[in-house]
Amino acid sequence: MREIQASQITDVIERLCIAACQYLPEDVKTAIRQCRKKEDWEIAQGVLDNIIENYEIAEREQVPICQDTGMACVFLEIGQDVHIVGGGLREAVDEGVRRGYDKGYLRKSVVKDPVRRGNTGDNTPAMLYTEIVPGEQVRITVAPKGFGSENMSAVRMFKPSAGIEGIKSFILETVEAAGPNPCPPIVIGVGIGGTFDKAALLAKKALLRDLDSHNPDPYYAALEEEMLEKVNRLGIGPQGFGGRTTAIGLNIETLPTHIAGMPCAININCHVTRHKTEVI
Amino acid sequence: MARRIKLPLTRELSRTLHAGDQVLLSGTIYTSRDAGHKRMCEALDRGEALPFDPTDATIYYVGPTPAKPGQVIGSAGPTTSGRMDAYAPQMMSVGARGMIGKGARLQEVVDAIREYEGTYFGAIGGAGALLAKSIKSAELVAYEDLGAEALRRLEVEDMPLVVIIDSQGNNLYEQGREAYLKQKDAELGEEAAGEGK
Repeated sequence: MREIQASQITDVIERLCIAACQYLPEDVKTAIRQCRKKEDWEIAQGVLDNIIENYEIAEREQVPICQDTGMACVFLEIGQDVHIVGGGLREAVDEGVRRGYDKGYLRKSVVKDPVRRGNTGDNTPAMLYTEIVPGEQVRITVAPKGFGSENMSAVRMFKPSAGIEGIKSFILETVEAAGPNPCPPIVIGVGIGGTFDKAALLAKKALLRDLDSHNPDPYYAALEEEMLEKVNRLGIGPQGFGGRTTAIGLNIETLPTHIAGMPCAININCHVTRHKTEVI
Repeated sequence: MARRIKLPLTRELSRTLHAGDQVLLSGTIYTSRDAGHKRMCEALDRGEALPFDPTDATIYYVGPTPAKPGQVIGSAGPTTSGRMDAYAPQMMSVGARGMIGKGARLQEVVDAIREYEGTYFGAIGGAGALLAKSIKSAELVAYEDLGAEALRRLEVEDMPLVVIIDSQGNNLYEQGREAYLKQKDAELGEEAAGEGK
């Protein structure tokens, strides 16, 4: 049994919140640059150039890439041989978010009640996901999620008879309905299977996967490629001004599901797809 | 090439702007988003004056990050304009002619833009660090308790924007995409014709 201090988790989360908001992951930067090369529509080229200049400024000057520094989605994979000591886990995570959003000059965008509103003032609580895994390490990922894109996401409970065609049209419909609102070019996370809630979580996790990777199942890997290509034929383009580059990536994650259903969730992210990981 | 324009956004200036125009905007603008708009429209409903003179004014839908020491303002890109659709026609009715944001607007807003000869500008969503460079000063005007959503007066210089909806109601979101798809279709047609030979 390995002991890990709760305060260590706090420190890591503080650091990850700040870094995730200032530095775009390499795979995302590469995808944007590759799309810029393929883009042949003039206004779209200009937008992509500005997007590249923007993440370079953020990196150089250590400022947030985007002012919507999001809700702090925190994913913890906790080894089953780990014992967390010196405080509660939930409090340790929230304290990390509180400090990171304060010290990093990040925007506090969380309200304490969904209907009655009222800013919590420190961007807590974190949206916390924990998973128990083998081993004696803790893997921590912070993914600040902006809501311009979150608002354009969707879940649908399909009948199994809808088949793969149902899912394909759902993806295109969702991107079409989102239009210019989620700050295209976007990243599309698709979760298929599980239950109502698990499909949504799969879609969120799909956004964390490297954009140059593929689903290990060749069937879904091919679907990722096909749908990214189809999305980029819609013509929405960067910021919705027209052009090829509507999406820079599309990842699919799946789970077994019930004989009666085929849940599908689509989580949309903007070109500022942020996540940063550390292992204790 | 981007055209340099100087605020205030008079009716005359607004008329010269067309959907798809790239502009570098300079002058005074005001920041407001969801909660600020709600308060301003409630004040107007009560017959009260706004905390700033809305005549020919331009409102930027933004909630910036806190400024780091030495900064005028933190990252300051646009938020989704559609959430302000419920308030925009009323704001335009008292003179606020310009809006800066991103994303689609309701038909009611497009109608109001035509009626008041306004202009809806788009700033690049997600480019908050870049856009902050064009903001030269920021001053609190009202609603300090709203934090990032407080009403601020900004002086901007050469802020890079694109005209999305112009005073005649032309919409870049429709026209830009249409033009792109038309060209792609034409290219595919040429390829098909070439293969046929």
